[in-house]
Amino acid sequence: MSRNADNWLLRVTNLTKIYGEPNENTVDQTGPKFNSNICPETDSIVACADISFDLYPGEVLGIVGESGSGKSTVVKLLYFDMEKTGGAAWLKPYADGSIDMLSESNQKKRFIRNNLMGMVYQNPRDGLNFNFTSGGNIAEKLIMAGNYHVGEIRGRASDLLNKTEVPVLRMDDRPANFSGGMQQRVQISKAIANNPPLLFLDEVTTGLDVSVQAKVLDLIRELQQDLGIAMIVVSHDLSVIRMLTDRTIVMKNGRIVESGLTDQILQDPQHEYSQLLVSSLL
Amino acid sequence: MNILEVTHLSKEFNLHILNNKRIESLKDINFTMKEGEIIGLTGKSGSGKSSLMKCLYRTYLASTGEIIYLSKNGAVDLVKADDHRIIDLRKNEITYCSQFLSVIPRVAAIDVVCENLFRVEKDKDFARSQSKNMLEQLGLPYDLWDAFPVTFSGGEQQRINVARAIIAKPRFLLIDEPTASLDAKTKDVVVDMILRLKAEGTSVLVISHDEYTLDRLCDRRIDLKFGEIISEEMATNQ
Repeated sequence: MSRNADNWLLRVTNLTKIYGEPNENTVDQTGPKFNSNICPETDSIVACADISFDLYPGEVLGIVGESGSGKSTVVKLLYFDMEKTGGAAWLKPYADGSIDMLSESNQKKRFIRNNLMGMVYQNPRDGLNFNFTSGGNIAEKLIMAGNYHVGEIRGRASDLLNKTEVPVLRMDDRPANFSGGMQQRVQISKAIANNPPLLFLDEVTTGLDVSVQAKVLDLIRELQQDLGIAMIVVSHDLSVIRMLTDRTIVMKNGRIVESGLTDQILQDPQHEYSQLLVSSLL
Repeated sequence: MNILEVTHLSKEFNLHILNNKRIESLKDINFTMKEGEIIGLTGKSGSGKSSLMKCLYRTYLASTGEIIYLSKNGAVDLVKADDHRIIDLRKNEITYCSQFLSVIPRVAAIDVVCENLFRVEKDKDFARSQSKNMLEQLGLPYDLWDAFPVTFSGGEQQRINVARAIIAKPRFLLIDEPTASLDAKTKDVVVDMILRLKAEGTSVLVISHDEYTLDRLCDRRIDLKFGEIISEEMATNQ
């Protein structure tokens, strides 16, 4: 099967998020050239600007960059956790990719988020409700997508917990009583509960010890291989990026400074910042 | 028919973090390759053999020139093609086998070998049986099949590396030092495997320092020195 220009799953153009009150020079006076994302005229902060890329079905895209480079902002905008300032994004399974999902009503956004996307946050508290049981958390996602059959919901929840190696016996236990790695695996179960074609992973292994990190990474790889879910993986850890992704975007000061095949970014980085990043971490 | 036409290819590294130091690694490389041909790349260490191979696989971005590859769907310039097109070619036509095995940790040897086959072959058991078959031919001890290759010896890793590169029968194979840390008998097995691929139509670019391997495999050789082609010959056994 040959890929063509229309084969994308997610298309993002000129995605921009600015805090404060920008003027017409704000975007031009910030970015890697100025080594700053604060506008000198208005003090507004450019979290990200002019972010454009295509993601193909089943593809895994990495976003790397230092803290504050805007990598999390990009996925949060796409998952509707934040309001965009500018730009547009289209998702193929939604209205056949003909409507900018970022400009839709909140009701439509909720539909897209519950049916077509999943998100795994660095901190399980952001993705899970610690007052619900682990099964209840998965149920929440299924109910939001319109599934009300208790038997089916419990069946699906136990399948998912099985798949992510969380003991099913603890389905009625709260994630607050789980270890960090288990919480992360419950979060992944919840994120993939509705078989979304697109999954966002925001620093999912940061802060876990190495053996637990390995388990979470293996799980993600398995999901990608078995279910063919497209993913955007945000990480500052280049070994995570190398293990999981096909393509990588390097960000600095809210802009994309380089994008390419992951092995090319790691072995022949072009931009000064990418070279610094690779030499710092390998 | 030419499967590959390389013209005026050069590669220069611009190291911004070392005060913009420039390292010229390939200079004005020109050659063509016929479909089904095996070309050996030779030259001293540091002469640019692996750089050339990496430019062809797009792990390195060429600085100037063209690499026209005739894919199943028509000609593509591997220097300028879109990343998605390259990913597609890597999945379906072009395989690169590096000098050293670099694998995803915690995956059993037998599955490492299957990886490229899993992409096209949905029947996992069938894929695994192919993989077993290969490991058997290469004489990898049975005990190691379900172990993790990171813990293997150099020669064992080498065999995994080769098996994994050729199992899915790529249309164009780039292979760097396939017989380096192998004993004479295993060397022959590897050479025979590559020759069998050639018989099925695969074009192969191979880097080797081993005269015996080059002699048995290559239709012709290209010799590099300081990033330039210094001689291009026809092999005697053709």
